[in-house]
Amino acid sequence: MSELLGILILGPFVSAALALGLRRYSIMRDALTVSSLLVVTVSSAFLFYFVNRDGTYVVTIGDWHPELGIVLVADLFAAMILFIALATILIVELYSLFQRASVWGANPFLVGPVLLVLTAGVTLAILTGDLFTLFVSFELILVSSYVLLTHQGRPPQIRSGMTYVVMNLFASTLFLLGLAFVYAATGTMNMALLAERIPELQDEVAWGIGLWFLVVFGTKAAIFPLFSWLPDSYPTAPTTITAVFAGLLTKIGVYCIIRFHTITEMNDLGPIILVAAGLTMMLGVVGALAQNDVKRILSFHIISQIGYMLMGLGLFSVAGVAGAILFLFHHMPTKTVLFLVGGLIESSSGTSSLDRISGLASRRPVIAALFAVPALSLAGLPPFSGFVAKLSLVDAGIQSVSVPIVVVALFVSILTLLSMAKIWLEVFWGDRKDIGEPYKQTSDLIGWRYKAMVLTTGVAVAGTLVIAASAGSLWEMSVRSASELMNSSYSSQVLK
Amino acid sequence: MSFVLVLTTASLTSVGIYLITSRSLSRIILGFSLLSHAVVIGLLAAAGPAGQAPLADETSAASSANPLPQALSLTAIVISFGLTLFLLALARRQQAVTGDDLVEDDLEDRRIRQSSSDYRSEHP
Repeated sequence: MSELLGILILGPFVSAALALGLRRYSIMRDALTVSSLLVVTVSSAFLFYFVNRDGTYVVTIGDWHPELGIVLVADLFAAMILFIALATILIVELYSLFQRASVWGANPFLVGPVLLVLTAGVTLAILTGDLFTLFVSFELILVSSYVLLTHQGRPPQIRSGMTYVVMNLFASTLFLLGLAFVYAATGTMNMALLAERIPELQDEVAWGIGLWFLVVFGTKAAIFPLFSWLPDSYPTAPTTITAVFAGLLTKIGVYCIIRFHTITEMNDLGPIILVAAGLTMMLGVVGALAQNDVKRILSFHIISQIGYMLMGLGLFSVAGVAGAILFLFHHMPTKTVLFLVGGLIESSSGTSSLDRISGLASRRPVIAALFAVPALSLAGLPPFSGFVAKLSLVDAGIQSVSVPIVVVALFVSILTLLSMAKIWLEVFWGDRKDIGEPYKQTSDLIGWRYKAMVLTTGVAVAGTLVIAASAGSLWEMSVRSASELMNSSYSSQVLK
Repeated sequence: MSFVLVLTTASLTSVGIYLITSRSLSRIILGFSLLSHAVVIGLLAAAGPAGQAPLADETSAASSANPLPQALSLTAIVISFGLTLFLLALARRQQAVTGDDLVEDDLEDRRIRQSSSDYRSEHP
């Protein structure tokens, strides 16, 4: 098992260095990137299986006592999210390999290696057991995202990249200051010890720490009112990059909020989180309705969906947190797939602006079918995965008698459907328009590349259907991981 | 906790935040350098009372300073150094593209401003 964790943490780092060295030999670089992502994904599947069977797995690096050294903790929550995150990255890397000939494709020199660094950061952020390593892994994720966002150096990317970098850098500075506060108050960075010591602090100090980290992680997760950087910066990146960001970056922020605020028993912050959740849902979807570009609509939906995960956490009940975990699990691949379909739309029309595309369903019926499934899933229609996730959240809300947030959640679902219908009407129905002239010269739609992109997206869509089909056992696992988080068994498992 | 440390952190933070609210990226970079100094001093203040250098063989645990925040500060300094370089590269690129290093409004802000001025010109 410790070998498994070693592969998961070190594998992406080592192959990132190798891939950067091999960046000019495209076949070797791509083979290395894909194979190491494949190895890491399979390892995380094994980890998921073992943790689900045997319970939480703890590795103390260098055999130091958890109080002194760095620990890696693979509990069921971490294993679930890690598996789905890595599977999502693998799908995007495959898709980006096929997209390369296009003007919207990212630069192959950098994407493979930097994506591997991002993978390493994601694994470390999910598995780490202390706050400072979490900070370092956040920096790894953010630095690679800065590079991925701006590496083409086009004016809109530089413009939005400046806002993005400054916002996230400020949040990182707040994170470090928060670490100083936590250390001054408790004398440790280890999350298991913090889970014991923070509830014992004076209420004011504990709430201060809770609110501070809500702001820190909330900026990365784009919750209300800290979301304005997201819809501006994400759509300017190449589609594959936006797909990774959409599926992973904000979700890691949500993962940390769920992890930190449940184990340190911040139940008193519940009402604040619920209000933020409701406003995040509402403003995200209203923003989406006002947009006129596929990528921008989808970016606003990221914000709206973050609200649902926060809603589950804000209820601070086992059912609520389990709903949030299931929602996170469903949302990462679904959102990424929607952006990949957005990439297909862009590739086949030469634009992602709703005004300039029309009648795509008759020209490319497969893209229409691939869009319909995740779009309906995002809106929460049965029998797709989004329905199960939203049902569990609404059910938890009713159990906790939090009527306002349930009403908001259901209302936002309708608005989500409306804005998906808007994309459908404008892009897929209507008269056919001619493809933009400059686009005809690129080779994206010729032969096997296009077919391979469609096939990759199809596999990912099938994956989201598998999530819907296995919702029963996933729900059972979410409940188990939520009760592990809520009944403070985390610290006893780590410090045993 | 030393009053001087707290005062230094506070003044560095306030000047840093003033600078990062500015439009010019080179001022923002200066602001971030000051903020990261403030954070490092904050970490030192969190470490507790000062002591001798924490060398394993030479000082006893009781008389030495707390080594953990020092290790954290070193990591933080390295990270902020790297990110300052990245910001400088970004400022250089923006200067090459637009001739200036100003952070521009996002598209949504500009669209809203445009649509409200359109409305006003249509309904005088």
